Amino acid sequence: MKIGVLVKNVPDTETKIKLTSDGTGIETQGVKFVMNPFDEYAVEAALQFKEKIKDDATVTVVSLGPDRVVETLRTALAMGADDAVHVWDDAFEGGDMLTNARILAKVIEKIGFDLILGGKQGIDYDAMQTCAAVAEHLGIPQVQIVIALELSEDKTALVARRRIEGGDEVVDIKLPAVVTCEKGLNEPRYASLPGIMKAKKKEIKKIGLADLDGLTADDVGSMGSTTKIVGYESLAQRPSCRMLEGEPAQQAADLVRALREESKVI
Amino acid sequence: MKLGLSDEERMVQETAREFADSEIAPVAANNDAEGRFPADIVKKLAELGFMGMLIPEKYGGAGLGNFCLVLALEEINRVCASTGVTMSVHNSLATSPIIKFGSDYLKETYLPKLATSEMLGAYALSEAEAGSDAASLKCRAVKDGDEYVVNGTKLWVTTGAHADLFIVMLRTDTEKRSKGISAFVVERDTPGFKVGKKENKLGLRGSSTTELIFEDCRLPAKNLIGEEGIGFVIAMATLDGGRIGIGTQAVGIAQACLDASVAYAKEREQFGRKIGEFQAIQWKIADMATAIEASRLMVYRAARMRDMDVPHTKEAAMAKLFASEAANRAAREAVQIHGGAGYLKDFPVERYFRDARITELYEGTSEVQRIVISRSYLQA
Ligand SMILES: Cc1cc2nc3c(=O)[nH]c(=O)nc-3n(C[C@H](O)[C@H](O)[C@H](O)COP(=O)(O)OP(=O)(O)OC[C@H]3O[C@@H](n4cnc5c(N)ncnc54)[C@H](O)[C@@H]3O)c2cc1C
Repeated sequence: MKIGVLVKNVPDTETKIKLTSDGTGIETQGVKFVMNPFDEYAVEAALQFKEKIKDDATVTVVSLGPDRVVETLRTALAMGADDAVHVWDDAFEGGDMLTNARILAKVIEKIGFDLILGGKQGIDYDAMQTCAAVAEHLGIPQVQIVIALELSEDKTALVARRRIEGGDEVVDIKLPAVVTCEKGLNEPRYASLPGIMKAKKKEIKKIGLADLDGLTADDVGSMGSTTKIVGYESLAQRPSCRMLEGEPAQQAADLVRALREESKVI
Repeated sequence: MKLGLSDEERMVQETAREFADSEIAPVAANNDAEGRFPADIVKKLAELGFMGMLIPEKYGGAGLGNFCLVLALEEINRVCASTGVTMSVHNSLATSPIIKFGSDYLKETYLPKLATSEMLGAYALSEAEAGSDAASLKCRAVKDGDEYVVNGTKLWVTTGAHADLFIVMLRTDTEKRSKGISAFVVERDTPGFKVGKKENKLGLRGSSTTELIFEDCRLPAKNLIGEEGIGFVIAMATLDGGRIGIGTQAVGIAQACLDASVAYAKEREQFGRKIGEFQAIQWKIADMATAIEASRLMVYRAARMRDMDVPHTKEAAMAKLFASEAANRAAREAVQIHGGAGYLKDFPVERYFRDARITELYEGTSEVQRIVISRSYLQA
């Protein structure tokens, strides 16, 4: 069974985000990038399947992005993934979610997977589009935001559990399929030191535009994108909060007066 | 010198950092308050490979070297110095003499068990009358056939109450001074050997410090590390690595002091302003941060030199001296920045202040480090 995991490298949650001078992107200089936290659940889920199935199951991690994503691929290898694929080409620069999904779908087609796992969203752009679009491009089923996942006896299907308002939804999926992982699915493992030593010796496969049949520079990157981020704006500072004091009756009276006279909302 | 981290070094640091923040930080204050040894944490550290960092892969270790050990130790010590010293002593003082000087028998018998922490290691050089003057130690081993008969008492043994394997320096020749000392591996359940009284300490309260008592204890001769008479050389070569570890412990504690101080200075208001807006506080932060950077570079360099197998006694002593004094200044200033709150158990700087103190004392006091450093200039 071949399991593919789509991993993304995103700014660490503690990073202070600065905008580029034209305001259409974030300044990546000096920013610490880490594996997208939701992707950690996907890698862990893949490794748990592999440990359970044993017979030649392999876990391949795939990441699209500039050279810095190699760090994230190495981290996944150190956690226990078997191989890693780095997808990048200068022509891929500036692609939107749909365009990136087009590239990833081609890569997945080329390698051939029985199951593709990903995080439920990238915590950088929060678009929640890539994995869904990959499944659409491939014409295979998808289940999003799962909190539990089990493989059928004959390994041709999965049972996924999704938390919905007031309960759980249980979904049967035929493989191959795309599944995205939610917090709570599992407890991602740490990269062990022997794992780190092993990861160091592994080669990371590179795939560029020329390796992908049927894609031209017009289909990818900013040229192939149909959406474009034109700007980021920060929210207006929230006005400071004032605490009312005194007896409850006094506070209520003060509140009504403030709402009427100061905020003029009643 | 290479300043950036390789992919592998970065991952070691990240694993240690994540483990420290998620698994150790939440229990560190409680372990300190209750004087509880973090046995469960040590086990988890071992599962990830952190207890066999210097042990070659063929003996089940991670085979990573001193630089990676330093990266990991800083992160662990940043959240808990008791866990940090346990890890440092095990790696630097217990596994390293066997790796560097041990026979194949000792390596094959003990390294795989030390790597998994099935055996936890300790190091016993000091005695009641032999502290800074360690070469005057008296604990006696007399050869008898293919055994040594040991009598005497060791003091101040870190992890003593929980260790399974002890590297013990014993006197095999009373005619000579340092050349009359030999190093041995002692297993905890050896007849005639017992762990004595546990000390009640100012800090490092999650780590045990105990006496070791030998009464006609018979050690197999094959437990001798290297040969007779080189025990003091082994002890000092081992301490070169240990001092890098303690310097790193100091860096970790100082970093924790800085982090806590910055957070407090941004939050606490007096005179209608954040205290971080007062220049008096800003200068403290600047001085702490600068000393931490300098300390870190010194331990990095000493560790790289040890990995390259070039002489580093002076550099290890300098790193330990500078970093431990910087950590104590940082701890003092961290309490100062916290004001009265810094004196309370409710804030972590109170623990950092107590824990920082030990770094100027063990594995050679600051005075002893200065002796070692100046000797390399005046007696060269
Ligand atoms: C918590 C803890 C854990 C420890 N763990 C271990 C361990 O695992 N294994 C181990 O073997 N030991 C351990 N030690 C012992 C430690 O290494 C010694 O305490 C240290 O070496 C100092 O020795 P001493 O306490 O006998 O002090 P002394 O040697 O009695 O020193 C007293 C004072 O005199 C100064 N002094 C001594 N000689 C000179 C000199 N020639 N010139 C100038 N000043 C001098 C010292 O610097 C110090 O200020 C531990 C100690 C503690 C407190």
